[in-house]
Order: sequence, then structure tokens, then C-alpha cells
Amino acid sequence: MTSQSSIFVTLSSTAVRSGTILLLPTLGEIFAERAGILNLGIEGMMIIGALFGFIAGFVTKNPYIGFVVGMIAGGLSALIHAFVSITLRGNQIVSGLALTIFGLGITNFFGQPWINRKFTIPVKDYAIPGLSKIPYVGQIFFHQDLFVYFSYVLMIAMWFMLFKTKLGVHLRAVGENARASDAMGVNVNRNRYFWTFFGGLLAGGGGAYLTLVYAPFWLDGITAGRGWIALALVIFAMWNPLYAFIGAYLFGGIDALQFQLQASGTTIPSSLLNMQPYLLTLIVVVAATIVLRKRHIGTPRELGEPYDREER
Amino acid sequence: MKKFLLAILVLAFVFTPVFGGVGHAADKMKVAFIYVGPHNDGGWTQAHDNGRIYLEKHVPGVITSYSENVPEGAPAEKVIRDYANQGYKVIFATSFGFMDPMYNVAKDYPNVIFEHCAGYKTRKNMGTYFGRMYQPDYLAGIIAGFMTKSNYIGFVAPFSIPEVVREIDAFTIGVQEVNKKAKVHVIWTNSWFDPVKEANAANTFLANGADIIASGTDSPAPLQAAEKKGKYSIGYDSDMAKFAPKSVLTSRIWHWGIFYARAVKEVKAGTWKSTEYWGGMKDGIISLAPYGPMVPEKVKAYVKKRKDQILAGTFDPFDGPIYDQKGKLRVKKGQQLSDKDKLSLQWFVQGVVGSIPKSGS
Repeated sequence: MTSQSSIFVTLSSTAVRSGTILLLPTLGEIFAERAGILNLGIEGMMIIGALFGFIAGFVTKNPYIGFVVGMIAGGLSALIHAFVSITLRGNQIVSGLALTIFGLGITNFFGQPWINRKFTIPVKDYAIPGLSKIPYVGQIFFHQDLFVYFSYVLMIAMWFMLFKTKLGVHLRAVGENARASDAMGVNVNRNRYFWTFFGGLLAGGGGAYLTLVYAPFWLDGITAGRGWIALALVIFAMWNPLYAFIGAYLFGGIDALQFQLQASGTTIPSSLLNMQPYLLTLIVVVAATIVLRKRHIGTPRELGEPYDREER
Repeated sequence: MKKFLLAILVLAFVFTPVFGGVGHAADKMKVAFIYVGPHNDGGWTQAHDNGRIYLEKHVPGVITSYSENVPEGAPAEKVIRDYANQGYKVIFATSFGFMDPMYNVAKDYPNVIFEHCAGYKTRKNMGTYFGRMYQPDYLAGIIAGFMTKSNYIGFVAPFSIPEVVREIDAFTIGVQEVNKKAKVHVIWTNSWFDPVKEANAANTFLANGADIIASGTDSPAPLQAAEKKGKYSIGYDSDMAKFAPKSVLTSRIWHWGIFYARAVKEVKAGTWKSTEYWGGMKDGIISLAPYGPMVPEKVKAYVKKRKDQILAGTFDPFDGPIYDQKGKLRVKKGQQLSDKDKLSLQWFVQGVVGSIPKSGS
């Protein structure tokens, strides 16, 4: 039971689960930002998804319904941000921050009767035939629950859509040069609305996965800042869905790794270990810009800039 | 402009603390509580709110109010000052971070009695209060020492402040008293409340073969992680058995009501004096929650023997001899760690695996 390799496998498969809480919001924000909308409200959308997903799961006794409701709740809350930043052409930073504060406030209010309740329906793990037999990899990645598999499929589908389809070209064009895409006949506002909504769906899903599977109960402020980490992971992934999992699992795994070091009695200060993922993000950004001599690491050119057709 | 109005509205909505149950009767003594979290958080603040309800029930002629989700620091000062202005006679602030705000307000209202939890600043009209949680910690350690089979016990710890180090040490002294082979492993999450980190820490222990998880943080996540793997756990703050009924052996819990009733009675009688109250099990301010059904009678009997000695004042968990992690004798046989040393404790006893990071302050 406690041989080194089985500890490694157990901790890694836990890292994948706790990484999934981050992976979903990161993927969503990548698409929203690709469309030119910076949404600092991930934390707020996550916690809204976490509460309403939890309530729905609790009432229907079905984690899958809970997850879908959590996604929808997150998506609807993102529409507030879309309205302010697209229709009103407001400041996206202010609006996103307000959305985070709003999310924390509204869940504090509506969450009161649900505090201390726990969600007791266990979510089953499924072994993928064939793949799950691969040593280590199979144990870690292919003995998971349906939500984790959903995130795998989603990640690949999103990468394909973004870089291989016309829909993806439109999405990227809107974030790179809204005026030019408008001239080409792409509906800028409709695209931006949709992808902001989509980002909210996934942020809500990440929150719901937290309260339905990973820490299945409701307490105020349960996301504890994970939305901000997702925001950093977007940069870490250089706006590419396929790289998002590296950062997400790294953040999930770093806890496991640094806790493992602590539990075995290391003398490295835990605060130093806690710093690792943030340090890595910085290194990736610096390396990508300086070492690769690439000025454009995927940052959408018009990220955060409102688009006004009338303006010249 | 619209967006700023929107933002300000939202901010105002969120940051206005909720004032609950303000009383009307003029002849009743008004008592206020300042909470750092929601009153029903299932942990720290809930324990204080239970104390408030206890006070109303047990001391006649008292009416209470509370403000919840009050941010620590400057915003708290306004909330405390408002209560003092409204004629509240006694104000309890239930978090360490309310110390300076309360200290400032207390200076301006010499006729109001202020009580601050877990701090160290006092005035003529401001006292402090806390509990010797290390006593129940020690008893919980005995239970863990008896119940572990793998001799690997995990302790999920928040910050490396003396209060928490004291808890881990007392717990380990209990473990080692009945089981020399068992070790207590420590993980610092560097947070009071982060369910994901707490679950990760517990899962790390479980992967390494832990069969008991003790929690010093505020969420029930570690206990649920233990239950999922069919292992035992020990809760904190309030009785956490409802979160993981098959797993929780017991919880170390607060009964603040005992102190609140005592202090308010003294104020009414005019005998209140500013003190630094540090109550123990014999005062009833702390205890163990009812045991889970898996705890055998033999273990209960042993714990009861030790508990009776603590209640009688003939035994203290920090009675010597106590060796530190490296085997150095810190407290000689026949001696006892002084309260001053307990309050500034920054070393682990024998049987703890882990290290204490240097705290920033």
C-alpha cells in the first residue's frame, strides 16, 4: 500500500481531480479572452456555479444535473459582464471585479440555509477499456469520473475548433482586430457575447465540480481564490487550450508534492513550496517572450478593448 | 458612469454587514457580538454564536445583537463604535484581527465593557479571553494513539503560530503516552479556510498510509476525505460528526457561552474587572464532543481517567518530562511548562514529524 510508486500514483490521480477544478474555468477564460473580453469575474462565476450546482445536486440527488445547473448559473452571471463590457462598452476590469464581489455576496446571501449541508451521493469512477491498463498513465488519467473525462474531450475539441475551423478563425479575429472582422462580416458583439457566456459556463462547471465531488459541502467562500489562479493559468497556457492542462495539473499537483515533502518531514519552508506554481508561471511568460524571441505569445491584440462600430 | 454606479451599488451591497435582532426593551442590558464570518459557518463563528444564544437563555434581562462578516482591521472599528454609541453595555469581538480596532474604541468609551477573543491588548475596560484547547487536544491524542493501526497520524494545520503548535504538541503528547510507535505528521496549509488545500493535505496523508486525520483548520474537508477512504478523523471548533459520521472519533469543541454568561453576570453585578481569561476544561469552556460509536469502552475509560485528573487540577498535558523532536529534554520530570512558555510555544515535541516554518512576524 505505501510503496513509493503507489503513493505517486494515488497523489497524481488526486492532482488530476483537483486540477480539473482549475482546468474548466481556465479553458473558458481562454475562449473569452481570445474573443477580446477580459473577465476578472472568474472567482465570482465559480462560486455562483459552486452554490447553485450544489443546491441542484442536493435537491435532485443527481450530481450530473447539479453540474449542468452550476454551469448555467455561471453562464448567466457572465452575461452581466457581457452586458456591461459589450453593450455598455464599460471598463472590463471594473466590471469583472464587480462580478467577483457580486458572486461572493450573492452566494453568501442565498447560501445561508445551505451552510453545513453536505452532498452525499458518491460520483463513480470509470476505467477506460484499454487505456486504463497502461502502467502509471492509465492509473492516473483513465481511472477517473465523467467530469474529468468531459474536461479531456472539451480541451481537445476546443483546440480543434480554435485553430482548425472557420468558427475558430472568427473567434480569434474578433479578439485580434474587431474592426477588420466586422468589415469581413463577422458579428463582433454576438461572438463576444457568446464566448463570454461560454467562459461563464465553464467557470460555473469548475465551481460545481468542487462542491459536488472534490469537497462536497457548502460553506461560504469555498472557492477560496481558485478563480484568480485560473486567470494566471490562461497566461501560463499562452491562450492555447491544449496547454491549459499542464498548468492546471501542475497547480493541482504542486499541493500534493509540497504536502508530500512536508509530511515526510522536510525542512524546506512550506511558504517557499507554496510559491512554486506562481514562480513557474512567471518563468514561462518570461521564457516565451525573451528566449523564444516571440513578442506575441498568444495574447489577443484587442484584449479588454471595447468595440464601437460608430467610432473612427 | 453607469458602470461605476453599478460597481458602487454592488460594493455597498456586499460590504454592509448584516445587523441581526436589534432589541427594543430599554430596561434590558444590551450586549453586542462582532463576528468575522457568517454566524452559521459550522466552525469558529458558529461556536461563538452558540455562546451568544446560551447567554440569552441563561442570563435574564439581557438582549443581544451581532454583526457578521465584519472585515478585520479598520472597518471593524466603525462597527464596534456604532454599538458603543447605541448604548450597548458589553461588546465581544471574536477574532484576533479585531484587537486594535477594539483597543481604539475602548479608549473613547470608558463606561462600556469590551472583551476581545485571543488577543493580548487590555485596558481598564477591555479584557481578553481564550481557552486552553490543548487539554481536549491531548485527550483526542490519546484516542488517536489507541485507534491507529498504521501508526501514521496526519495533522492538517493552518498557520505556525504558538496556538496551533501548542495544539499539535498536546495532541502528540496524548498519542505518545499510549502508543510510542505512532507518529504525528504535520502539513501546513498556510490558510484557516481553504477546503481544496485541506482535502489535498488529507489525501496526501492517506496516500502515505495514514489511518487517522486530525484537523486544526476550519472546514470539514479533511474529515470527509478520511471517510471516503474508510479512515478515522478528529474534528475541530464544533461537533463535526454530521459531516463524516462513519469517520469522526470526536471533535475538540468550544463552549463560549460559559464565559459570556459569566462576564455579563459580573458586569450586571458591578464586579467585572479587566482580566486575561484563559479558561480550561474545568471551567467548561472547552471539551470533547460525544464519541463516535467506533470508540471502544476501554479507550473511553482511559480518557475519562485523564480527564478527571485535568478537571481536578492534578495533571496537565505539559507536565514533565517532555522531550522535543530531537530528543532534547525541555521540561524536567516534576516540572511543568509555564503559561508564558505555552503562549509562545515554537518547538515540536517528540513524536511529531514535520517542521515549524519561521513565521513572518
